[in-house]
Amino acid sequence: MKDAKTVDARGLSCPQPALLARKALDSISGGIVHVLVDSATARDNIVRVAEKAGIKATVLNMPDGSFQLSMTK
Amino acid sequence: MSAIGRILSSRAGIIITGIIVGILAPVLVRQGNPGNMGICVACFSRDIAGAIGFHRAAAVQYIRPEIIGFVLGALVAALIFREFRPRTGSSPLVRFLLGVMAMIGALMFLGCPWRAYLRLSSGDWNAILGILGLAGGICVGILFLRRGFSLGRAYAASRSLGWIMPLLMIGLLVLLIVAPQFGRDPQGNPAGPIFFSAKGPGSQHAWNWLSLGAGLLIGFLAQRSRFCTVGAVRDLILLKDAHLFSGIVALVLTAFVTNLALGLFKPGFAGQPIAHTDGLWNFTGMVLSGLAFTLAGGCPGRQVILSGEGDGDAAIFVLGMIVGAGLAHNFNLASSVTGPSPYGPSAVTIGLIVCVALGFFMRDKRTG
Repeated sequence: MKDAKTVDARGLSCPQPALLARKALDSISGGIVHVLVDSATARDNIVRVAEKAGIKATVLNMPDGSFQLSMTK
Repeated sequence: MSAIGRILSSRAGIIITGIIVGILAPVLVRQGNPGNMGICVACFSRDIAGAIGFHRAAAVQYIRPEIIGFVLGALVAALIFREFRPRTGSSPLVRFLLGVMAMIGALMFLGCPWRAYLRLSSGDWNAILGILGLAGGICVGILFLRRGFSLGRAYAASRSLGWIMPLLMIGLLVLLIVAPQFGRDPQGNPAGPIFFSAKGPGSQHAWNWLSLGAGLLIGFLAQRSRFCTVGAVRDLILLKDAHLFSGIVALVLTAFVTNLALGLFKPGFAGQPIAHTDGLWNFTGMVLSGLAFTLAGGCPGRQVILSGEGDGDAAIFVLGMIVGAGLAHNFNLASSVTGPSPYGPSAVTIGLIVCVALGFFMRDKRTG
């Protein structure tokens, strides 16, 4: 079963974006998780959290300066 | 420049920041700062509060250039690397309260997490209980984060909002240089508005431009590397991520070696500079601080750095710390080298109740 989840973590303080990303990854058995963040700190934290789970996060720079991270489990 | 930016954002960057703090802090002590207080964000905010008359504890009044440097160094880094992002709106009043509580806890222990690690690296074993308390407070904060604690979202704000904190710091720098005096009271004491300690820790400081330069460099590096003395422990436990923690290890080891080299390493419990030996309250004070910093999203240094890159909510936290320092001294809550004040334990207990209540009740269902 392939799931798709989107988490909007824009504007949240550390460590909430990384925590929400991990929660979303844990909640699906397989599929893709998109996380929206608006700081480079949150972006880098999520990339590291995903790497720890053996998942590669691809980053898309959005026109408004925010980032969309996509992680396939 | 982008290559430097990439290195500073990597694991190497956080370690470089820890090493630079570990060298500069003992050097600042050798050059005149108070013992084991090369850098202390809480103590220095308290000194600034005293210098502008928010409290009248005569021994701890000075405008510390290190804090000014932190904000301006972070501003420069944020502007160069396009991370100057004015924002606000994430429960500023709660953050103000957390700043007050964090300061009450820090002034029970006599130091923020930065100074706790620096005290440890110079052989002040009282710091061990302080650091254990800090970790305990962070663990309580993690419990709240796991059950959905949130102060809500911050939103993009006008560019001018981001400049307020840096401009306030430039104002403080002018006050440090000019030190205006509006006459004297009938007893002949300076009437302010600026008060500088004639004796005690507030009178001890390195050459101002050296302190400012050290602050600028650390502010720049910490903005790039996201150095955080509370996030280090939090991420290690909550996310099993040792990235930030490696900076703390680098800080403690480098400061230990630098203290040894400068003859500042003096192991023991008794007679440590600006410290007391009441283990229970060293521990409990830092539980309060650790909890307040975790709920606010980062250590006092990180809050100061964030305020320099336009985070209005972090700026409110810093202002809360400065007001908290005023309260702590005016209400006789702060410890001295002889131990906790008679009223300090009650204040820390009330602070813990307030922070635990905030931890329970501040949940944002839209983001949880």
